[in-house]
Amino acid sequence: MLWEIGVLAAVAVLLVFLGLPLLSLLLRVPPAELWARLLAPASLTALRLSLVTSLAATVAIAALGVPAAYLLATRRFPGKRVVEVLLELPMVLPPTVAGVGLLLAFGRAGLAGKALAALGLSIPFTTLAVVLAQVFVACPFFVSAATAGLREVEARYADAAATLRATPGYAFRRVLLPLALPSVLAGGAMSWARALGEFGATIMFAGNLPGRTQTLPLAVYIGFQTDLQSAVALAVILLILSFTVLLGLRLAHRPPRLPWVGRAPGDAR
Amino acid sequence: MRASRVARWLGVPVCLALVAAGRPARGPGAAAPSAPSRTLTVFAAASLSRAFGQLGDTLRHRTPGLEIAFNFAGSQQLVLQIQQGAAADVFASADLRWMAAVRDSGLVDGTPTVFAHNRLIVVTPAAAPIAGLQDLARPGVKLVLAADAVPVGRYARQALSNLSRLPGFGADFDRRVLANVVSNEEDVKAVVAKVQLGEADAGIVYVSDVGAEVAPHVKRIDVPDAANVVADYPVAVLRRARDPEDARAFVALLLSPSGQAVLRANGLVGTAGD
Repeated sequence: MLWEIGVLAAVAVLLVFLGLPLLSLLLRVPPAELWARLLAPASLTALRLSLVTSLAATVAIAALGVPAAYLLATRRFPGKRVVEVLLELPMVLPPTVAGVGLLLAFGRAGLAGKALAALGLSIPFTTLAVVLAQVFVACPFFVSAATAGLREVEARYADAAATLRATPGYAFRRVLLPLALPSVLAGGAMSWARALGEFGATIMFAGNLPGRTQTLPLAVYIGFQTDLQSAVALAVILLILSFTVLLGLRLAHRPPRLPWVGRAPGDAR
Repeated sequence: MRASRVARWLGVPVCLALVAAGRPARGPGAAAPSAPSRTLTVFAAASLSRAFGQLGDTLRHRTPGLEIAFNFAGSQQLVLQIQQGAAADVFASADLRWMAAVRDSGLVDGTPTVFAHNRLIVVTPAAAPIAGLQDLARPGVKLVLAADAVPVGRYARQALSNLSRLPGFGADFDRRVLANVVSNEEDVKAVVAKVQLGEADAGIVYVSDVGAEVAPHVKRIDVPDAANVVADYPVAVLRRARDPEDARAFVALLLSPSGQAVLRANGLVGTAGD
């Protein structure tokens, strides 16, 4: 009884602490005004840019992250721990550190940037820079979820596919990936939500220009200093988008209905 | 004895939290009662960071037991923090507009005083293909300004508009230059950094921003007096100051001959000629 009260009290404190700032945002701007401010051209521009860049980042993350997850989930190799840490690092790195690092690597005077500049490519201050910053900070969310999902698929399914002479690539496409799909999609949604909220690396690496590099979080930050109401309206949109993504994830993520669920390995059919 | 169990259960962390909160924030050796330690909190425009750092050392030296905490950022950001209740004793803004915003909120004690001026300068990386101000309008140039809300961003746009009224620039000079802006930065130091890193071809900053540590990495292009903008720096003691006495001492130091000398040494213009 006491234990239950204690648990409930702690949870209540936590929920109030996390919920109060969100509630304050929602209450600050009346719904009618919220709508009007959202339809303002400046807000729509930032919203469009945010959607386009975060979706592009998610596609890039999935394209590069699925092979990485496959490798980590199915193979053992020297230096695997280091690779795992590298792929997780951006999750805990301050985004400002990511921003400086990206500038020093892909800036015009940077390690890789110099070579790109020779080809006439300059990345900072472009929409591409926004996408790169988002990929950098959001990819760990995808890789860790997809790796966990692929690892859960029992090895005997891959083995069975192999005995049926499926090539590793065929087995992956037709057996492993479909079975791990819920986790892969969850990882995609998580990294999309993270990319949507990316701020620090973006403002340092991509700068802040409406229509080109000013995403929703940047518009909130800059607007905060000039036009508080619009900034709050944009913040509310960001809040609703992120909440919807995470809630959708919970609702969609039911345990997959597969024939072996609830059956011990080796059960007779 | 269930109640006592609850008390124990909740009591330990609560007591720990209280003890931690109540502890004085200094080490065991610093408990000398002769000089009561106090902290003066100064919110100042980012362009003042070097000069104020030195002035802070001077005041600290003069006043035993005084600690000075500086918060340097774009003036627009500081105003927001002050309006939302940040504990500050002194506010020094890079323009009159943001000081007026604080005064209009009823947060200024007394009248703000202008203690310094500043001027604008164009900086470019040493290797940038920019020889003169006219080149800023060339298509493809990457220009970085501070955002319009930041004082230096507003001043820079004024200077560009002034330039387009001068002979040799063309009436659409400012429009063509503004089309080259690739980023609106949050404060002047961010503009300097982007130029210093070589990412931007040019930026418009204060003369005082090109100090000894920046000068070797950038090329300077002067803005003629006819178009340059004089930035006014007002300072005020804030109404909710916890340490009004030291706050007033800091303001007095700014206005004193030695304070003005430090400001001038850091590229600002004193108020002697006002």
